[in-house]
Amino acid sequence: MSLIAFSGACEAGLLFALVALGVYLSFRVLDFPDLTVDGSFPLGAAVAASAIMAGIPPIVATLLGFAAGAVAGFVTAFLSVRLKIMNLLAGILTMVALFSINLRIMGKPNISLYGTDTIFSWIGTIAALGVWGNTILLLCIVVAAKSLVDWFLATHMGLALRATGANPKMAEAQAVDNGRMVMLGMALANGLVGLAGALYAESQGVADVSMGIGTIVTGLAAVIIGETIVGTGSVARATLGCILGALIYRLVIALALDGGVIGIQAQDLNLVTALVVAVAVMISKTRMKKLPTIRRTRLSEPSKAEGAAS
Amino acid sequence: MRRRTALFHALALSALLMPLPTATAFAADKTVALTYIVEHPAIDAARKGIVDALADAGFVDGKTITLDVASAQGSMPTQTQIAKTFAGKSPDLIVAISTPSAQACQAAAKGAIPIVFSAVTDPVAAKLVKSFTQPDGTLTGTSDRQPLNLTFELIHKLTPTATKVGVLYNAGEANSVAQVADMKAAAAKFGISIVEATAAQSAAVPDAARSLVGKADVILLPTDSTVVSAVESVVKVGVDAKIPVYASDTNSVERGAMAALGFNYYKLGRLTGEIAAKVLNGAKPADIPVGTLDSEDLYLNLVSAKKMGVTLSEATTQSAAKVIAQ
Repeated sequence: MSLIAFSGACEAGLLFALVALGVYLSFRVLDFPDLTVDGSFPLGAAVAASAIMAGIPPIVATLLGFAAGAVAGFVTAFLSVRLKIMNLLAGILTMVALFSINLRIMGKPNISLYGTDTIFSWIGTIAALGVWGNTILLLCIVVAAKSLVDWFLATHMGLALRATGANPKMAEAQAVDNGRMVMLGMALANGLVGLAGALYAESQGVADVSMGIGTIVTGLAAVIIGETIVGTGSVARATLGCILGALIYRLVIALALDGGVIGIQAQDLNLVTALVVAVAVMISKTRMKKLPTIRRTRLSEPSKAEGAAS
Repeated sequence: MRRRTALFHALALSALLMPLPTATAFAADKTVALTYIVEHPAIDAARKGIVDALADAGFVDGKTITLDVASAQGSMPTQTQIAKTFAGKSPDLIVAISTPSAQACQAAAKGAIPIVFSAVTDPVAAKLVKSFTQPDGTLTGTSDRQPLNLTFELIHKLTPTATKVGVLYNAGEANSVAQVADMKAAAAKFGISIVEATAAQSAAVPDAARSLVGKADVILLPTDSTVVSAVESVVKVGVDAKIPVYASDTNSVERGAMAALGFNYYKLGRLTGEIAAKVLNGAKPADIPVGTLDSEDLYLNLVSAKKMGVTLSEATTQSAAKVIAQ
């Protein structure tokens, strides 16, 4: 694998690490299977790209991408919590609606940011980092996001949020407003996904309305691969797993793309990615059986939350 | 302990796989990397045309050039990774079919590798080139922008009473949006108005086609991959409601559309291949204008014409490049 392909895989891996952190929050912490991400990822890209084209500074545009994603997550949670629409369907509804909304925001299906100032061109003017420039900036953003998620989930409110996902009845008994927690958590989760979309558009120089296809698959794959490798002992571990999982997932794809290695051809790519996830799940299942301690630590988490919430 | 072992295995595996070089069975003069967003009849035809034209110009895959082909299978993140992989291998030329593929390669190559694109409807709006005549960079290629005046002339000739043309497309495809804008401009010259219907995915095409019944005198399909992939369902509506269906690609006529001034993607691919050969021979992309096809083949489907209530004259049938009679 060439250096550029390797750095490109790291770049994509770090972008999807943000998606994985979001999916971890919704899927694992809140136990909410969230399909909104296939729409909130291009939403973040659409908002950031349109904002940059309108002359808004790239940093502000990126934050707008986060905010837009958060609104999308809030809408899904609102549909589910207040309007009592099944969570899976609520996510699908938001995702479908976002396709039209993204088209409206961009005004056309494809915005090229080529040659336009982005936060990545800005870092390029500060330090000459060559092919690693984007990767280093993304690494800083991802580490910051991971630290913020770790910190937030350890706060009083974060513990209440985890309690809602782990045991809603117990949480309610501890005076936690489950509905409010779901809305907050989903907003945060999709905010991270929107941020990933915004950064994707800026680093790759293009926002396309169809770029969200398969985001949820990549995010879930990253979370599952991460769990297999570093386990789920603590929040900090799980979020580290999200980052490593996303990196490994994109590296495997880069290997598959390198072609010729074990007779893999371009058209086998989707099969390869499915196999990677299947193998990761398989390994994690056998490990769960052999190592019941991991299970126990996971189950003990709500009791910590209980202590803090009371 | 067990956890450490798993981590170790994962690391050992990746360490084993990473240094494996790409197998090259022969010493070729030049390498050409080719990528496209998704498998699709028009893209496949263009790809075949490119490979054939390159071979005719002396660049034969496996003999005089190494051709490295990668499909993104419909995923933009994968497309950008393919572009990075290509940039890392630094081939002599990158060929990219479709707008998003060309944009991804443009971003990854950073001006260091010449890129020839194909089937990009509006390369100026996509910021691939400065203008059609003077690309002014490291990119050039071909556009599938069609001479739409000819299409509306044909509609006017075969179905003279038609004043409202229904256009069915996916609003999420940049190429289609550009085509529909061009159609509106061309239609105005013939006193024809455009009625739009959109379908975001193949499964939504039948409903969108039905929505045009009563609103449009004829249906015209752009070269839109979503709609073309479900052209049979539009034909069914055309037959049921006696609305003639025109297409913009010849393949759709073989699948039941009444007529098309065929945009021949194989020919476009050949033109792309010729441009690619020029670049491989040392020409600068900046100096090569973006190529377009100036002739179009008339394809007619007499079976569909009859079912859609259109009588075609002998002269018209004889002027066609291909007639499907059964």
